[in-house]
Amino acid sequence: MKIAVSSSGNTLESDIDPRFGRAMNFIIINTETMAFEIKENTQNLNLPQGAGIQAGKTVADLEVEAVITGNCGPKAFNVLEAAGVKVITGISGTVKDAVEKLNTGSLAYAGGPNVEGHWV
Amino acid sequence: MIVTIASGKGGTGKTTVTVNLAACAPGAGVQVFDCDVEEPNSHIFLKPENCSKEPISTMVPEVDMDKCTLCKACEKICQFSAITTIAKKVMTFPEMCHSCRGCEMVCPENAITASSRVLGDLIQGTNSAGIPLTWGELRVGEAMSPPLIEKVKARINPKAISFVDGPPGTSCPAVAALRHSDFALLVAEPTPFGLNDLALTVEALKKLDVPMAIVINRDDGKSRVIDDYAAREGIEILARLPFTREAAAVCSKGLLLVDEIPEMRLRFTELFSTLMEKADKGGERK
Repeated sequence: MKIAVSSSGNTLESDIDPRFGRAMNFIIINTETMAFEIKENTQNLNLPQGAGIQAGKTVADLEVEAVITGNCGPKAFNVLEAAGVKVITGISGTVKDAVEKLNTGSLAYAGGPNVEGHWV
Repeated sequence: MIVTIASGKGGTGKTTVTVNLAACAPGAGVQVFDCDVEEPNSHIFLKPENCSKEPISTMVPEVDMDKCTLCKACEKICQFSAITTIAKKVMTFPEMCHSCRGCEMVCPENAITASSRVLGDLIQGTNSAGIPLTWGELRVGEAMSPPLIEKVKARINPKAISFVDGPPGTSCPAVAALRHSDFALLVAEPTPFGLNDLALTVEALKKLDVPMAIVINRDDGKSRVIDDYAAREGIEILARLPFTREAAAVCSKGLLLVDEIPEMRLRFTELFSTLMEKADKGGERK
């Protein structure tokens, strides 16, 4: 399965970025082979607002099936839901640990956003 | 003539100055507009009667997916990600929309029509002293206040003397209130925070090209931070209002300083005439 993990770094040992919309990078990873590539999120990092919406589009366009992140707000969640991307929230630690937990079936998909929207 | 009372920092006494200035000039035909629509409070002090209320809406796009060809023209023009295509659908985020109608204009299929969403209420009433008050009340949970502020300001009669009680800060709501004012009266408290936020507002006013003067509120007779700043910037200080327990007690009861404390009536009456003089000159400058 191809998934996106928000990360503050660019390796599998990097930490998960708790922010989705304003994550430093997305690590796009194949959960079977652990092969991955980096999708920078620099453009969204600097957006005055709407970062969650844009980040949602970025990962949806990469045709991932799921997202692992720390916090996901209502607008990003709606975009991901509309694109049929499942979301796992509240995750910290390294990217690798999270993917391994997903592979063993110990992560649950979120039914909604886990944080409030916020304004400028 | 429009005089907007602003401050930068919240809680420095914008409303206190606005309502007391208005109340000490009976017969001058002063109208008050409370543009701090996120928490309006001039009505607590002016006590308007027979108030009318009307809901205020703003335009948001509605997409007819039968006509949409997913060309993304709307998405490209929107600077706020309020309309976006995802998985062969167009999603709108009404709370992000700034009602510019750009999406409606660029849509080659005329698939976008104007819908609306309620921002809050516009309320009007006149008190027993004959002072008309108009104010906006933003809906709880709403973040988009400038369109409501503009609707409140649209009721201003340019021939009358209008006092606009502005919101704190220097972001969009404060700019919406200050824009097109003939004069800005800045209420400053002599504290480091008061000075910092006053300076931000002064910078904004320079860009908006609105002439200004300062009133020092809660003057403890010791701190000179505002005086020093005003001298450096060449901004006149029109009045100093003393920091007293008595004044705080009157305000906490929702009463007017000019009704309860004779010395305050004197100071505000004096400030009113100085302000009118300065604002007239400011108007001529243009």
